[in-house]
Amino acid sequence: MSLQPIKFYQTGTFTVGNRLLAPEERSVQANMQRTNSLNSGHRACQGCGEALGARYAIDAAMNATNRQLIAANATGCLEVFSTPYPETSWQIPWIHSLFGNTAAVATGMAAALKVKGRSEVRVVAQGGDGGTTDIGFGCLSGMFERNDDVLYICYDNGGYMNTGVQRSSATPPAARTATTMAVGDAPGNVFGQGKFVPAIAMAHEIPYVATATVADLRDLEYKVTKAMGMHGARYIQILVPCPLGWGTPSSDTIRMARLAKETGVFPVFEAENGEVTAVLKIRKRLPVEEYLKPQKRYAHLFGKQPRVDTIASIQALADKNIRKYKLLEEGI
Amino acid sequence: MDKPFAITLKPGSSLANHTGSWRTMRPVYVDRLPPCNATCPAGENIQGWLLHAESGDYEKAWRSLVQNNPLPAIMGRACYHPCEGACNRTRLDEAVGINSVERFLGDEAIKHGWKFDAPAKASGKRVLVIGAGPAGLTAAYHLQRLGHQAVIYEAAEHAGGMMRYGIPKYRLPRDIIDAEVQRILDLGVELRLNTKVANLAEAMKEGFDAAFLGVGAHIAKRAYIPAGDADKVLDAVSVLRGMEGESAPLLGRRVVVYGGGNTAIDVARTAKRLGAEESIIVYRRTREKMPAHDFEVEDALKEGVSIKWLSTITEAGLSETGGDIMVEKMALDANGFPQPTGEYERIEADSLVLALGQDTDLSLLDNVPGLVTANGIVQVDASMMTGYPGVFAGGDMAGNDRTVTVAVGHGKKAARAIDAWLRNEQHEPDPKHELATFERLNTWYYSDAPKTVRPVLDIIRRQSTFEEVLGGLDEGNALFEARRCLSCGNCFECDNCYGVCPDNAVIKLGPGQRFQFNYDYCKGCGMCATECPCGAIAVVAEDI
Repeated sequence: MSLQPIKFYQTGTFTVGNRLLAPEERSVQANMQRTNSLNSGHRACQGCGEALGARYAIDAAMNATNRQLIAANATGCLEVFSTPYPETSWQIPWIHSLFGNTAAVATGMAAALKVKGRSEVRVVAQGGDGGTTDIGFGCLSGMFERNDDVLYICYDNGGYMNTGVQRSSATPPAARTATTMAVGDAPGNVFGQGKFVPAIAMAHEIPYVATATVADLRDLEYKVTKAMGMHGARYIQILVPCPLGWGTPSSDTIRMARLAKETGVFPVFEAENGEVTAVLKIRKRLPVEEYLKPQKRYAHLFGKQPRVDTIASIQALADKNIRKYKLLEEGI
Repeated sequence: MDKPFAITLKPGSSLANHTGSWRTMRPVYVDRLPPCNATCPAGENIQGWLLHAESGDYEKAWRSLVQNNPLPAIMGRACYHPCEGACNRTRLDEAVGINSVERFLGDEAIKHGWKFDAPAKASGKRVLVIGAGPAGLTAAYHLQRLGHQAVIYEAAEHAGGMMRYGIPKYRLPRDIIDAEVQRILDLGVELRLNTKVANLAEAMKEGFDAAFLGVGAHIAKRAYIPAGDADKVLDAVSVLRGMEGESAPLLGRRVVVYGGGNTAIDVARTAKRLGAEESIIVYRRTREKMPAHDFEVEDALKEGVSIKWLSTITEAGLSETGGDIMVEKMALDANGFPQPTGEYERIEADSLVLALGQDTDLSLLDNVPGLVTANGIVQVDASMMTGYPGVFAGGDMAGNDRTVTVAVGHGKKAARAIDAWLRNEQHEPDPKHELATFERLNTWYYSDAPKTVRPVLDIIRRQSTFEEVLGGLDEGNALFEARRCLSCGNCFECDNCYGVCPDNAVIKLGPGQRFQFNYDYCKGCGMCATECPCGAIAVVAEDI
């Protein structure tokens, strides 16, 4: 769907750019004049997936709106590491909201721009999974329900990471966090709780819902660009691995996102008006162990007595995603 | 102070915060040695010229190629391309068709009449090159480009050596040899044909400052086989050489070739082309042990040549026509050596061709002091110099690995050493880069060739296997084949590092300029190195 059919090209379409491609075929990130919306000097950890995902997404949005963009930013890692007073890493108009009300702040910005007749200026709201799926969920649902003209981007790293890795409602089952410790009969986060907000957003039947990962830049840019070409409430959830919270080497952030997609743990799709319209197929299916084993937050599954039952349950969840979103089938 | 209420500091940029100080590991751009380059006997920078071919700049690619090898059109036909065997792409699908792209570039050069760059300023030195085979021609070419006057003495009436008198036409058309030789002569190299050097010391007195010997190995080895009619027993060298004469050798309807090297295959396939109904190779060991290249064997079998493994010829010239031979079956012993079994078989044959290897005529070296030969091979040091200072040697006469490509490599190496020697220096080759192994690549970024491309790929693979039958690549598929190169170990400007850095710490310098790290902000996460498709970024520890 989102991949450009570039023929006779040695590295397919997954590299960021290439000297052999015409400039218009390259990604926004390959451009020497990209906005660098989130600039150097920010205090994110080494190999931060969220810092990367935010620059990918906001640069694409800036490119799509001719640089007429304002962002509201929920409290969370992204805000903390990018704006320690008085410094800012943002090279766009940017407003810091409370933890829970960024969707409402963005709604207000969109309303004000409408009143002022500034239809060319567009609004993005962004936050982590804590600010989106837990604390800000009421405001977010309201924004969806009113179909406000805002693109809400959630950077999903599966927990409250900068405060010490606590569980959120986006923390996957069995994962160890500071509040779901690897002790007892069912160590780590419990199965059967939490929520997958993209599905809830679809239930609001808003114009556009999509998921993406930092491992598929072109897909991510395609989705942000498409979203900025639409009006009304739009929602994109981007999987952004967290070396700190996941316990992975800082060099493997993109690899982890790729494994999440290739194992089916994180389905990558897009939906319009509540219906799935396209999915990013799995290129080479892998068992979930490939994804779980490198992460220290799952280390308790691979001890002296591997928890094959738990691993099998996670595999079942991945298989369900593959079935539900048709991640392997041809055609869609 | 015109700050707003309750604001005490001016707004600042995070650029003030140099996060590079966090770093314990540092990424650095490196060039690693691609396996094709590491394996090439001629020392070609294959990845380097493919990079230009990928952008469709064939002339630049050709100019890059001939920095090392002046005979690409010949090489694209006669080389056994060990590079393709080493290609990392074999681990993904199939090797890049390096040989076929090389041939395409060589043919393009002939088609468009591209000439070599003019030689450097003349040094006034003269170097004698004996033999106009691949080693001699290459040495002369490099010497001339380095500013020395190269003069080739060739005993035969045409240049080319074994390329002309040993490699059959169906593998290497003669107009190709002529074109590439002429291009070298156009550089100012002097060629004297029909000039056999009988005495090196004498020849050197004609005003030469150094000499390169590349006389090849043209004397067929014989094995004692009792034969009734010696007329029917020929050797491979004379048969192949005879193909260049007025009339082709008369081999008859049933031809037996004795030997297991590439020359035996060449003769058997030549016999087929001369109209032999049966062309049989007799070889004393098994297919696995055969020195001939497997694809040559495969092609020969496809053309109807038959091979008798584990067989030796004990007697020839048995029948009234004088050709029949007696073959004894062999069996491999515990050490893998063939041992006679006492089982005999008589094969009808009109002629027997011995392809048992060749020796060098070393008589011209009789009066050269200090020059050492062993087992018929001239001994040379690492710079290709013989025991007599100023006399260098290469090609078939200086080693047991006797291919056109090895000879080209010898010629180049010797020319550089001669150049240094003429300046009273020692040639120091550049230190080799670390090998770009498959494990260093991130092949995720390569493997998704669109499905429509696959059949094209297969067609190209088939073409390169049957080159002499189907011809070379055209511009479209040559470009495609070149673009299959993974560029192992060498940046091809895919922008991945520039894109994946969470800290904007990679500076893109623009087309052809590659990238640079901004160590003020690089935190040393190493993501660029992990996501680099071709393994051109190393991560090293910081001095802390």
